[in-house]
Amino acid sequence: MTPAMTPAITPVVEGRAIVRDYHVPGTMLRRARNVRAVKGIDFAVQKGKTLAIVGESGSGKSTLARIIALIDAPTGGELLIDGQRVDIDARRPGPELRSKVQMVFQNPYGSLNPRQKIGDVLTEPLVINTDVPAAERRDRARAMLQKVGLLPEHYNRYPHMFSGGQRQRIAIARALMLNPSLLVLDEPVSALDLSVQAQVLNLLADLQDEMGLTYVFVSHDLSVVRYIADEVMVISEGVAVEQGTRDAIFSNPTHPYTQALFAATPVTDVDAIRARVARRRASRAAAV
Amino acid sequence: MSLLTIRNLTVRFATATGSFTAVDGVDLSVDRAEVLAIVGESGSGKSVSMLAVMGLLPDTATVTADEMTYDGQDLLAMSDAQRRRLIGRDITMIFQEPVASLNPSFTVGFQIEEVLRFNLGLSGKSARARALELFRAVGIPSPEEKLKSYPHQLSGGQCQRVMIAIAIASNPKLLIADEPTTALDVTIQKQILDLLMSLQEDYGMGLILITHDMGVVAETADRVVVQYKGRKMEEADVLDLFENPQSPYTRALLSALPEHATGDRLPTVSDFFEGGAVR
Repeated sequence: MTPAMTPAITPVVEGRAIVRDYHVPGTMLRRARNVRAVKGIDFAVQKGKTLAIVGESGSGKSTLARIIALIDAPTGGELLIDGQRVDIDARRPGPELRSKVQMVFQNPYGSLNPRQKIGDVLTEPLVINTDVPAAERRDRARAMLQKVGLLPEHYNRYPHMFSGGQRQRIAIARALMLNPSLLVLDEPVSALDLSVQAQVLNLLADLQDEMGLTYVFVSHDLSVVRYIADEVMVISEGVAVEQGTRDAIFSNPTHPYTQALFAATPVTDVDAIRARVARRRASRAAAV
Repeated sequence: MSLLTIRNLTVRFATATGSFTAVDGVDLSVDRAEVLAIVGESGSGKSVSMLAVMGLLPDTATVTADEMTYDGQDLLAMSDAQRRRLIGRDITMIFQEPVASLNPSFTVGFQIEEVLRFNLGLSGKSARARALELFRAVGIPSPEEKLKSYPHQLSGGQCQRVMIAIAIASNPKLLIADEPTTALDVTIQKQILDLLMSLQEDYGMGLILITHDMGVVAETADRVVVQYKGRKMEEADVLDLFENPQSPYTRALLSALPEHATGDRLPTVSDFFEGGAVR
């Protein structure tokens, strides 16, 4: 076999022509209809890399994230995890598959049970999916708290005692308890203040290096995507309108939708501000 | 003379565990036809100080200030009835959640006409005509039909346009916009900001824009006030602020912007405040 024919490394996650339809029941005034939220999307993410899925509300980006996280089944196409075809409709994913893929949600106020102590939040995935003894579960949870920048003594506290950024750290810790290889992050920093957002993004980058994690990162914020992504997929109305490496997409967006997104994103560049201030002065002077 | 002047504004809330100071000795002013951005993170008191101006704070709040004047009139001394004549006419406000700001049980046409009838004393027919005119001014497509729509039948961007139409109905001299685009997609955000800026210029309004988003500040403001934990950290013209920020907090905020990342780590606010120089 020549080197050129060496088979490519199996991607951690791969989608082939993923389709998702939602059935909207009819009412007295309206017929029942099907809405195609995801219209045949292909993608593959290699180990240790980050795929960013960018789109606006209603684009189907969260639907796709839920399919990748094995929460919803696609209505068409194939999903492969580590090269194995997964069909959660045919067979519920067992502990092994659940341990591979975990998810972090947007709103850390909604994704943590207010009546559950942090220790229980973190050990629950182990209780459900493994037979690790209680003492070790506790130790692992305490170690994980430190890993995400919290303290072991936070173990016995409740979610309301934490800030938004700390809660998102807890949600990340919970997702990592089973040592997953793939983390699906649905807008993980969009509910956070700018300075806290920077801390959580740094944490995600550190964890990726340390644990060799693969990320699927859903976001509407191009500046965050530019910071964290290796590959970018721009999605609009269920169609991946543009896919490529981060540098290719950011230096030369070719699809009109991607270009429109870039044009609408506010720029904080000093030259752009200077130009705007000058324009405003000129139009005021003209008005007087 | 400035349109709105506030000196040494303090807002305290009575809570179960004692008094909490949300705004601590803030000075600010906005001129006619000027765009002032108030930037800060959650808990910085940026919304509370403007709610104090509008008189929209709950009874648990205590507002004190050395001066709070609008166009030479003392807002602190005037009666509720006098203040109500100003608020909603000369000073209007729009909020973050456009869909939640509108009453879901009435058509948007009814809601804008209500404002026109009560605040401007227009009759039913002329209110309808003026509502249509305003819907056109804020760029709502097929305005005749949209007047008969309920809020849930409109998109978030359209609802915010309705809110803006209501806010400018009385030709206000000062419009306060509290995070007007935070709930909206970036392409819609651009449209709404462009609309606010062109209305601001056409009507010569003062505009106070409350936001947490440095990008929005960069695209709109003439002057900027940066707030942190109830205190004013810095006040500067927009270009000076981005070019040469004076306060460590402003520097921290600017460098935490992902687009300013150099290398593979983002600086965080704590990198700038070792030992908690700013509490």
